[in-house]
Formats: sequence, C-alpha cells, structure tokens
Amino acid sequence: MSTELPFLVELLVSALILAGAGFAVIGALGLARMPDFYMRVHLPTAGTTLGVGCTLSASVIYFSFSLQTLSVHEFLISMFLFITAPVSSHMMAKVALHTGVKFVDHTQGRPWPSRTQRPSRDNSQILSDWQTRDRKETE
Amino acid sequence: MSEGPTVRIPTEPRDPLWFRLLPHPLISLVILVAWLVLDGNLTPANILLGGFLAWLLPRITRRFWRHPVHIRSWPKLVRFAVIVIWDIVIANLQAIRLLLKSPQDLQPAFFVVHLELTNPIAITVLANTITLTPGTVSADLSSRQERLLVHGLHVPDVEATIALIKARYEAPLKEIF
Repeated sequence: MSTELPFLVELLVSALILAGAGFAVIGALGLARMPDFYMRVHLPTAGTTLGVGCTLSASVIYFSFSLQTLSVHEFLISMFLFITAPVSSHMMAKVALHTGVKFVDHTQGRPWPSRTQRPSRDNSQILSDWQTRDRKETE
Repeated sequence: MSEGPTVRIPTEPRDPLWFRLLPHPLISLVILVAWLVLDGNLTPANILLGGFLAWLLPRITRRFWRHPVHIRSWPKLVRFAVIVIWDIVIANLQAIRLLLKSPQDLQPAFFVVHLELTNPIAITVLANTITLTPGTVSADLSSRQERLLVHGLHVPDVEATIALIKARYEAPLKEIF
C-alpha cells in the first residue's frame, strides 16, 4: 500500500480528487443559492455524477497502481449511483409537484396538476386553469 | 405455482418453460457480474453462489418485469451511453457557469415532452437520462405514459430544448429497445 507512486500518477490522482471535491462543493453551493425547490433539485446531480465520478476515477488509478491489479469495484459504485440518484431526484420533484410546492414566478410554462394537488396561494389560479384543461383532455 | 379457479395470473401459466426457469437472462448476467466484481474473487464456490443469486433474484422480482428486456442493437446502446456520459460532463460545466450568475437571471421552466416511446424500460431510461444531466429533471410522467413533465434550471429556448431531448435521447432509445 505504501509503495512509491510515480509523480505523474500522484499528480493525476490529486487533481481528480480535488476536481471531485470541487464538484461536490458546487453542488452544495447551488443547493444553498437557488430560490425555489425545483431549482434546488438540479445542483446535487452535479455532485453525484461528476463529483463522485472524479473521486472514483482517482480511486481506480490509485489502487490499480499501488496494488498492481486493476481495481474495478468503483465502477459498480458509479453504476449503482447512476441508477439510484436520478430516481430519488425524480421522486422529490414529483412529490413537490403533487403537494403543491411553490415555484418562482418567472418560471416559464406550468406543470400539469395532479389529482392530489393542493394549489399553493400564488400559483393557484394558473394551476386551476390547467386542471380544467387537463380534465377536458382526459374526457 | 398454484392455479386456483378464481385467481388467475394471466401471463404465468402460458409462459414458455425457459421463461419460467430463467425469466431474464440479461438481468441474471448483470447480477452475476456485479456479484463477482463486488466480491473480487473467482473461486468456484463464489461463482456458484453468484449464479444462484443471479437465478433467484429475477425469479423473485418477476412480477415487476412483465416483459422480457430486449436490446435490439448493442452498438447503438454503447453509442448512447458514450453520448450520455459526454453530455453529463458538458452539462456539469454549464451548471457551474449558471451558478456563477445571479439566480435571478436564470430562466427556469416547466415543459412537456410528448413521448413517442412506449416501452416502459425505454421511458425509464429516458427519464433517468434527463435527470442525470444537471440542468434538467424529469418531474412527472402522465398516467397514460405519453407525456413527460420536465423542469429545466435555465431554459432560454423551450422548444429547442424539447427538440434536443427528442433528437439526442429519445430517437436512439427508440432504436435500442
């Protein structure tokens, strides 16, 4: 484990770890800065995709060199994350939509209403318009 | 499987033998490979255990996979995966640029993508792909699975974004599944 790695490899591993951490920070920063829930859902994907991707690439390179065998566990981690992360984002957005979480007023377009919709105060008028339109469409 | 006179699960009695024994060879293969990679040793006992799990798990979860997973074109699937990974990198860099702007300048949008896909797995992959690329999240699927509601973080041109999603992700998926 404590074998000396070539300088270039160390450099690459460090750069990848820093980049991964950077993407995670950016994801967290975005989470704090965005004005509404729907916009906040977007930024953590940066952390789970490229953030984790860079960190895992660093892990693959480091362990492949120090143990002298190709390390492939990491690909499984990214595979599982790529399957589960979008599902959780999707479910959060969906639940927010169905419980009527407000969105900022300059959002273009409107979501369709769900049967369980409890329209929020600000967007209620537009949402009820959509509700009647949707009802017509399904009939 | 018992077959009562009143309760009758439509697909089960009529399934061919191979389907009952090994409902989803592709999923079984993925499970076996994942098991072996996760454990990291290739002893016969471990391969046997992995093989047993690969056989058992698709059988237990058979009800959730009513239709066999069938991939029509492997090269196109690989090409699609490469495109998606590339787009994730690009979209990440764009997300960073958006973050440096003031949040007030962003133009978030809800928009509806009318789906041409009908295969549930293809729709799942499309929705996952949209969510994986930072900047767009698929928020809801209409009850008849023909429209997908997407929320975009910064969408200056809604029509162009819809066209891009349809051309770049939906069209290849239509040929793969």
